[in-house]
Amino acid sequence: MFPGKEFLWCATIAAAGVLAVGCSDTQARSVAVVGSTSVQPFAELLAEEYLAKNPAESVEVQGGGSTAGLQAVVNSLADIGMCSRSLSDEESLEFEGTVIARDGLAMVVNPENTVKDLSTEQLRGLFSGVIKNWQEVGGPDCPVRPITREEGSGTRDSFVHLVMGKERISRRALTQESNGAVKELVKGDKAAVGYMSLGMVGSELKTVRVDGVEPTAANVLAGVYHLARPFLFITQGEIRPEARRFFDYVLSEEGQEALEREGLVRNQ
Amino acid sequence: MKQDRFIAFILLMLALSALSGLVLITVFIFKEGLPLILQTGFRDFFLSSDWDPKGEHFGILSMIVGSLAVTVGAMAIGAVFGLGMAIVLTQFCPPGLVSILKPLIELLAGIPSVVYGFMGVVTIVPLIRNHLGGPGLSVLAASIVLGIMVLPTVTSISVDALKAVPRAYWEGSVALGATKWQTTHMLMLKAARSGILAAIILGMGRALGETMAVIMVAGNALEIPGSPLDPVRTLTSNIALEMGYATGRHREALFATGVTLFVFIMIFNTTALAISRRSAGKGGGR
Repeated sequence: MFPGKEFLWCATIAAAGVLAVGCSDTQARSVAVVGSTSVQPFAELLAEEYLAKNPAESVEVQGGGSTAGLQAVVNSLADIGMCSRSLSDEESLEFEGTVIARDGLAMVVNPENTVKDLSTEQLRGLFSGVIKNWQEVGGPDCPVRPITREEGSGTRDSFVHLVMGKERISRRALTQESNGAVKELVKGDKAAVGYMSLGMVGSELKTVRVDGVEPTAANVLAGVYHLARPFLFITQGEIRPEARRFFDYVLSEEGQEALEREGLVRNQ
Repeated sequence: MKQDRFIAFILLMLALSALSGLVLITVFIFKEGLPLILQTGFRDFFLSSDWDPKGEHFGILSMIVGSLAVTVGAMAIGAVFGLGMAIVLTQFCPPGLVSILKPLIELLAGIPSVVYGFMGVVTIVPLIRNHLGGPGLSVLAASIVLGIMVLPTVTSISVDALKAVPRAYWEGSVALGATKWQTTHMLMLKAARSGILAAIILGMGRALGETMAVIMVAGNALEIPGSPLDPVRTLTSNIALEMGYATGRHREALFATGVTLFVFIMIFNTTALAISRRSAGKGGGR
């Protein structure tokens, strides 16, 4: 009878395992902030500082993309959605978007590239594949390799909206799935041109002036650098008090200063 | 007796539930993906490379070409090195060395694919960019990385196939005065042919299905590659890149990409199975 007993034990343990997975912790009290991978690092930083000051609270930040963030708010999987583009007309009927900060879209090239200034028109040409050689915009004799982000990325959506208009990004454009990957590529490739969040450029890449305006936080704030996009917190109806407290912290002077330190532009 | 039947019943249930997982996945993928293929039309889906989800264009030709190009490239590398390794391990290697080499190769299978991808980005991509030209992220880079990744599969199945050749064949050949190399390439490789072929096809399946490493080194451009130095997007990377954001028809299109991939993998695995069955039926008896 012994082996039978042993087997029964195994079966019980297996069943318990299945049950434990089945009823995972759905009653978690922590505030869920979900959405754009561009906003994510800043939200994580804010959450960290917020939690350091309020140890009793609990905030969880997750990526997934702007659209996924909206979806999560609809499904009540998230208290607050993060979005790195303006809401469309339909979306703004359904959601309430609050600008927590603004971000410049920096055009980056390899430090060895001599091009310093590009017009929006030239940028459109570079990314649509009309301009094939850097010579055409006053650079070295070298083919142009545009680097874009994946379909659905908030950064890409903003770039298309602000620069491309109706033109399509060339099919030859390399597609990378994060700001970091774009950065890595532009750093190593003399022919590359890419776009990324101004707050993430760092010191290893070279930014170009767009229509003669230097991409700096000050210029974004003054409204003269026009490649700028809002970072939004998305909500639907009333949110839980603990989520409201985190929200208020982000909009407070303290939160805004933290964002500014990281290279973003305050919400005015 | 009663206890035996009970245990057999439980085991049968476990086996069936694992199988039902496969069935459910298959049904789900096809249910989500097939309607879009039918609506878009076979021509516009499989024979167009116009992929623009916002504009409702879902052509995946460039990705099919991309997946095949990368897989063929990977096998050109993986098959040569894997088979070479298998020959060395079974024919020319002292047993002591085999016991070191074989586990080492199998260890390759345990390295996470993101590590392979990262190694590729940091080492292979700059090498290609600086010495051969192009963006570096390319069919060639993906082929090299995948070629290394399929080594364990190709090697260990080929080793099994070569070991399965009856010892008497080898002895007979050597007794007739053939050298070791003559015996290997004229007899052993021929006798183990179908097993080796199965190894290569299973390796192809692995290369075709790999995602993470390919996203990192292939460049993911939507144009059909004109040379091994051009960037390329594979079926798997298309799904992984866009899945996070996709809704509605875009999401269905990604499932349809999955259906395509599923069919390819099925063809590969069925072929491998058929080949190894045939060999078992023919030369398996001692």
